[in-house]
Amino acid sequence: MTQLALVIDLNVCVGCHACVTNCKQWNTSGAAGALTDCNPYEQNPNGTFFNRVQTFEVGGFPSTETVHFPKSCLHCEDPACVPVCPTGASYKRKEDGIVLVDYDKCIGCKYCSWACPYGVREFDEQRKVMTKCTLCVDRIYDQSLPEERRKPSCVLACPAGARLFGDVHDPDSVVSTAIRERGGYQLMPEAGTNPANHYLPRRKTAIPVRADELYRADNPHKIDGAPFDTSLPPTTEELN
Amino acid sequence: MRPAFSVLFLTTLIGAGQGMFIALFFCELLAPERASPIFLAGGAALVLVLCGLGLIASFFHLGHPERAWRAATMWRTSWLSREVIALPAFMAAAFAYGVAHYTGVPGTLALGMIGVVLALTLFVCTGMIYAAIRVLKEWAHPLTVVNFILLGMASGVMLAAAYGAFAAPELAAALARMAFLATVLAAVTRGAALIRNARLSPFSTMQSALGIRHPRIVQKSQGAMGGSYNTREYFHGKSPEFVRGLIPAFILASFVLPLALVASLPLLAFLIQYGGLLAERWFFFAEARHPQNLYYQTVG
Repeated sequence: MTQLALVIDLNVCVGCHACVTNCKQWNTSGAAGALTDCNPYEQNPNGTFFNRVQTFEVGGFPSTETVHFPKSCLHCEDPACVPVCPTGASYKRKEDGIVLVDYDKCIGCKYCSWACPYGVREFDEQRKVMTKCTLCVDRIYDQSLPEERRKPSCVLACPAGARLFGDVHDPDSVVSTAIRERGGYQLMPEAGTNPANHYLPRRKTAIPVRADELYRADNPHKIDGAPFDTSLPPTTEELN
Repeated sequence: MRPAFSVLFLTTLIGAGQGMFIALFFCELLAPERASPIFLAGGAALVLVLCGLGLIASFFHLGHPERAWRAATMWRTSWLSREVIALPAFMAAAFAYGVAHYTGVPGTLALGMIGVVLALTLFVCTGMIYAAIRVLKEWAHPLTVVNFILLGMASGVMLAAAYGAFAAPELAAALARMAFLATVLAAVTRGAALIRNARLSPFSTMQSALGIRHPRIVQKSQGAMGGSYNTREYFHGKSPEFVRGLIPAFILASFVLPLALVASLPLLAFLIQYGGLLAERWFFFAEARHPQNLYYQTVG
């Protein structure tokens, strides 16, 4: 079973919105029709987006961190939005786990968006149907593209490489390795939706150095004049 | 959540229709000599008018009403789909019940029984649409279903009492007593839901929504300055004082005044109660705090 997903590295994201722009560009140009923009050049411009970058401030001065938080459909393995759909327009593909909306079946009742805890579905005010991230299903299988370009447009756009794409059910994939080795986590686990998309946490690079590494193992002759800790066991050289 | 008026009208109108049908059935069952066929047929017509108006209101909620028939397909998983099937089925039963009384066809009690089962099924479907959404803790409770049943019953029997005062005076007193009882029951369960919801803890936290373990997280930007579907659909835009002020208002209009008026002026009691139930339904939506709001605290 394949489950395609994105893994987003919050340690790398700089909040440039390139993924938002490229997502909008790709998905507004596709066969499914334009993503609506309302008042694009007026007051309060707004429109349909599949991906947004939000910014949060964590902590208080002086130990404050700015976290840029890209947010799109998490392609849950137990999606709350799919079983509630009365028409079957909302569905999860068996072959790759992508959650999609059939725009020709959607009646625009918005019930799916109520069931989603993450607020990642957006009702399109002109097409009058529910829309959402498709994981660029219309390009990741496109044989006319070179293989390295068969990725969601947000992933291709990210200048910092904060977005990884792959199969989270394949233990050797780049996404599974990242989740496993860099502390990947899911959003709102209490919702029981088991999101396929994961986030990698912010990290501070630190090299833990123990006292014995400085004073004994790495400096057996104590030539730096550091006080010798008599409680430490003898070095290999002293034993010989 | 932002209350959608189409849904407010749908749920209050069909609720009154279902409650009234059940009241009519019990009139025929318990007092067949006093419930004239013409009274019951006229009542069934009123039920159909209410449900028809509700059905029309529901279409205003849809982005593509011309595809509404598709909503009957996913009844295996979706309570909304089940409601879409149960509502026309109930209306068909009410129609058959009314026609049978009007034309004098026998077997009206059996038809009425089918109608009552369908009315109750429809109540459960409507209630479960809301109670089945796990992330909305204010709704995800059996009390939601109970309240849809009892509030619909109260307004429906109230309308039956008003209709009876005009069309079947010999039944009016009994119907008024039924309406009184149903309204008291509805007040008790709705009050229980109010108390429960006042003590609820939020479904999720900022920490869980972002996966960052820090007590102080403040939003600085939500990714758009001019609003989005997320700010339009999940925020009602009224002040907390307005929402709180609605509670005594709908308690007064849905329960207190109708209870005082049902014996003397049942039609006025119904009209006040219906207005109260619209306010109650508005509050029901506004009260529900969607966890997605955590991502939409500050514009920028």
